[in-house]
Amino acid sequence: METLLNLTIYLPLLGLIGILAARSEDAVKWIALAATSVTFAVSLPLIFNFDVASSDTAQFVTESGSLVFGLDIKYIVGLDGLSLLLFMLTTFFGPIVVLGAWTSVKKHVAGFYSMLMILQTGSLGVFASLDLVVFYVFFELTLIPMYFLIGIWGGSGRIAATIKFFLYTLVGSLIMLVALVYVGYHAGAAINNGVFISDWRVLSGMEYQIGLVEQTWLFLAFALAFFIKVPLFPFHTWLPYAHTEAPTAGSVVLAAIMLKMGTYGLIRFCLPLFPNAMLEFAPYIAFLAVIGIVYGALVAMVQKDVKKLVAYSSVSHLGFVVLGLFALNVIGVQGAIIQMINHGLSTGALFLIVGMIYDRRHSRQIEDFGGITTIMPVFAVMFMLAAFSSIGLPGLNGFVGEFLILMGAFTSESIGNIWFAIVATTGVILAAIYMLWMFQRVMFGPVTKEENKNLKDLNAREIGLLIPVMIFIIWIGVRPTHFTQYSEHQVTVLLEQADEKRIAVIESAQNDIHNLPNWASKFYDITPSLAEATTPKTDQDER
Amino acid sequence: MAEYVWLIIAIPLAGFLINGLLGLSSESYRKQKSVIGWLATVAVFIPFLISVLIFLEMNAGSEPTVVRLFTWIEAGSFTSDIAYRVDQLSILMALVVTGVGFLIHVYSMGYMKDDEGYWKFFTYLNMFIFAMLNLVMANNLVLLFLGWEGVGVCSYLLIGFWYGDMEKASAAKKAFIYNRVGDFAFLIAMFLVFRAVGSLDFDVIFSNMAAFSPDIAFWVCVLMFIGATGKSAQIPLFVWLPDAMAGPTPVSALIHAATMVTSGIYLITRFSGLYMGSPEAMLLVAVIGGLTAIVAATIALTQYDIKKVLAYSTVSQLGFMFLALGSGGYVAAMFHVITHAFFKACLFLGSGSVIHAMHHVEHELEHEGKDAHFDPQDMRNMGGLREYMPSTYKTFLISTFAIAGIPFFSGFFSKDEILAYLFNAGLGEYGAIYFGLWGLAVITAFLTAFYMFRLTLTTFHGTFKLPGKVKGAEDSAKYLHESPVSMTAPLWVLAGLAIVGGFMGIPEFFVTTFTSTDATINWLYSWLSGVTTRAEIILPYGIKWTLVAFAILVAVSATIFAYKKYDNDKGEETDAAIRARFGGLYTTWEEKYLFDEAYEKSIIKPGHRFSDRVLAIFDIKIIDGFVNLIGSVVQFFGSLLRFVQTGVIHTYAIAFLIGVILIIGLLIF
Repeated sequence: METLLNLTIYLPLLGLIGILAARSEDAVKWIALAATSVTFAVSLPLIFNFDVASSDTAQFVTESGSLVFGLDIKYIVGLDGLSLLLFMLTTFFGPIVVLGAWTSVKKHVAGFYSMLMILQTGSLGVFASLDLVVFYVFFELTLIPMYFLIGIWGGSGRIAATIKFFLYTLVGSLIMLVALVYVGYHAGAAINNGVFISDWRVLSGMEYQIGLVEQTWLFLAFALAFFIKVPLFPFHTWLPYAHTEAPTAGSVVLAAIMLKMGTYGLIRFCLPLFPNAMLEFAPYIAFLAVIGIVYGALVAMVQKDVKKLVAYSSVSHLGFVVLGLFALNVIGVQGAIIQMINHGLSTGALFLIVGMIYDRRHSRQIEDFGGITTIMPVFAVMFMLAAFSSIGLPGLNGFVGEFLILMGAFTSESIGNIWFAIVATTGVILAAIYMLWMFQRVMFGPVTKEENKNLKDLNAREIGLLIPVMIFIIWIGVRPTHFTQYSEHQVTVLLEQADEKRIAVIESAQNDIHNLPNWASKFYDITPSLAEATTPKTDQDER
Repeated sequence: MAEYVWLIIAIPLAGFLINGLLGLSSESYRKQKSVIGWLATVAVFIPFLISVLIFLEMNAGSEPTVVRLFTWIEAGSFTSDIAYRVDQLSILMALVVTGVGFLIHVYSMGYMKDDEGYWKFFTYLNMFIFAMLNLVMANNLVLLFLGWEGVGVCSYLLIGFWYGDMEKASAAKKAFIYNRVGDFAFLIAMFLVFRAVGSLDFDVIFSNMAAFSPDIAFWVCVLMFIGATGKSAQIPLFVWLPDAMAGPTPVSALIHAATMVTSGIYLITRFSGLYMGSPEAMLLVAVIGGLTAIVAATIALTQYDIKKVLAYSTVSQLGFMFLALGSGGYVAAMFHVITHAFFKACLFLGSGSVIHAMHHVEHELEHEGKDAHFDPQDMRNMGGLREYMPSTYKTFLISTFAIAGIPFFSGFFSKDEILAYLFNAGLGEYGAIYFGLWGLAVITAFLTAFYMFRLTLTTFHGTFKLPGKVKGAEDSAKYLHESPVSMTAPLWVLAGLAIVGGFMGIPEFFVTTFTSTDATINWLYSWLSGVTTRAEIILPYGIKWTLVAFAILVAVSATIFAYKKYDNDKGEETDAAIRARFGGLYTTWEEKYLFDEAYEKSIIKPGHRFSDRVLAIFDIKIIDGFVNLIGSVVQFFGSLLRFVQTGVIHTYAIAFLIGVILIIGLLIF
């Protein structure tokens, strides 16, 4: 199984070699399709053999010796409850993305698919790695192919968009790198005989605790990188440009996979490493998340470009995910995790669909369409299903995530105010407004434009690549427990551990309360009347 | 038998899937209209039969049966199952939904015969029945919400059925969005319930009523009611329903009259125990219901589109049901839900039959080569149709009698019951307001009888006016014909129910006054006594009979008045006279109190403008501008440093020397 996991991660690179050796463009496409399909096939045994009962321990683990002399940086990959679904989502989207680009990419075909292959390996590595440094390497590795995908195969404003995307996310992750190095040495001094260590399993454990002052700075450094990636309001401005300019395949991977690296990082690293800071900052971040939900939706509403509309809707939807994560209870976090998958599926589908109509019409302006349902009925059904999934219709996937997130936020003690959840719930109204209004203008009414009259309905390839996505949209909507079961146990354990760790940190902070700077003692509740302040914050879930 | 309840839900789902998937994938299947139609109809009829069997097995004292299929959503302490509840209330609703639903399916086979989207229509109808049954049979709020939103989607799809017309597509979107506003409140209500009880299962909620503090109970009630104002078209969210008439007429009958729009009443009846504990919330329900009833009735008075009249009438009657709920008459509300389902479905289908005939006339005229275009729904073009469409006329008339509250028709009993409850509530807390509402309700009852006879008489009595109105339609009367049996048969069944339906809820005092026994002649009360609560009626017999007599007087006088004014060809003159009499008030009614315009002006336009001109600009100029500013600042400092990197060795050497001197200097001093 360990071999299989590694095979899954690096198979796309094997495909890359094949692509470089291929003689014709057709061969390139078929090799890319084969590589991603085999990757997906090979990854399936992983989920089938995953032990749900012990989802809190990493499974299929490969662990090397120290990679760098004198530092405990090891190549550690494995899957646990947090990463399994995202990992599978990535392998699942591999062949879909390749098929989606089949006819729409015409220049530098080999280069295009090479980039996709590197991106695939990078993304899989991000979700599988259990060493902070290895994670970081994969995290940055994904930037480069995406930079080229947007910069070479993008639209007219691609250069500015890709530079903004690259620099913005890079700045965030460089700051994270500094914090990461600090954590490594700090942990080494604390529990590893002074040797730098970055093994997630060790750092997330109870033995390693970080003081309150360090937690604040380190949390901010990590969180900034992830917030930019998510993107959380107000760090989102790179997203509309990147999405609009990216080729369809780029948008799909960006939305379905890469944005999730931010939210994934928050739950994977910030929660177990900086539990106190996570809790204390929760209301502020929830505030930003709620603003993002409403703001993203309102701005989406007035977009004239369908793709930009979907991009801004992502800001809104990812706001939900962040809100759920910072609810810091099982309901909210579980909702957030399944919503990451949901957003991947529904927004991925929407980008594919927008790409399909763009391929035919070379326009994404809403006003250029109208009455498309009459001309492309199958397309209409797919589009409608994806739109309703995005709106959060019960019975489809989006509802499960949104409902759990809102319920979690409503009952959350870390957010501490039901108004966050109430304002966030207005997102369900706004989503209906921007989606259905756009849908109406594009799909309904009479066909007014001559160019639209002869559009061809979806072909077999397009139907074939959308149907798997639709199946999951319905499957998750009807039987969400088939999916949420993978993370349930680990989330419960993580939250409990975070609570324990939080109390332990507070207790030790009390001992040298005089050494803490003023702002820290104001910020963290470390007054002597600790009895109340340190009761587990997630009582809510035990009820 | 009750354990087979899942079949009731699964069969329409199967019908939806078969027709939908085959229709989508096969061109030739779409042409098999009779297969499609019958399959869909049978997929509703079998559930109806099962419901009947379950119903026959139950009695008023039966314990609820809960059938759990599987766990739906689960996270932490939250679980919700796909679980259906069979009790007296849910089976009653299931009977109405599948029964009326079946009749409307039969009717639709005739009505939609020539439509291109025949397969789609029946696919949506089955999906609607599936969603509606989920709504009424669910054993927890989340599943109920699935049905709640599901019927909303079906409503969206069916209102926009002829999506090629942008106006119809807009009406569909409007319906969905206004419903979503209500759903927002419904969601918050669910969160509150979960926070209070820790579960959304009906069993847990109903056995933990004590867990609701008065405040929480109030807010849950208010929020659920806001949800209901969306789905059941009450002020302030009712404006979508009249527009929803853009859908095919059978849809208006099924969804926008008989079933979906009553789900708000069902929800509140389900939670009657909670509402009884919060008089303020009940007062709110009653006030909104009363205002909606009168507002919609006055608008209905001024409309000429027969479907619009019926739509406003529906809004008004729904207001009546909320009046009942707000005054503690939960059973009375359900009673009106059921009788209203019969007579209003009949009225809508009747109007469909008329529209069908008028369309036919238009079509035939076009065939003749005459360029005669007219609005087939405008009743000013009609008149005298009773000669040509006897079945439609008779059934329409019967239903009009029922809705007007003419004695012994079904509407008489149910409306009476509501008035009695209102009067009764007038003797309790907030009595003055309830008396006022009773007064409003009486006026509304008068208006209802009046505008309904205005509609019936203008359409069916007098002479056929189209020839005189539209050039080229001079001898169009010959094209008028009665609709086929598949359409008239459902009309007759519904008309029959509209006559006898009231006997399920004969007020007990009709008997006890004379026999002084504790007769349980009111079947509906005893049937629902286990699953709902209700306010106690404390009125003495004398007042009860006076109220009945008064109600009869109101209904009959309005009917006679309407016959005097409209049973000839002078209807439009009467309207003009009313307009002159009421002046500005009439204009307000005609302009529908400008609700739509007010929303447009105060919310929609400003919201859009704010997003477009403030937020979207803010996003690009301020937020992204700030990001770019940071970039420029970095670039600026970078460019300053560039002057240092000259590439000239001498400069570097000098800089090096200065540095060394500086360091030595620092070390020395």
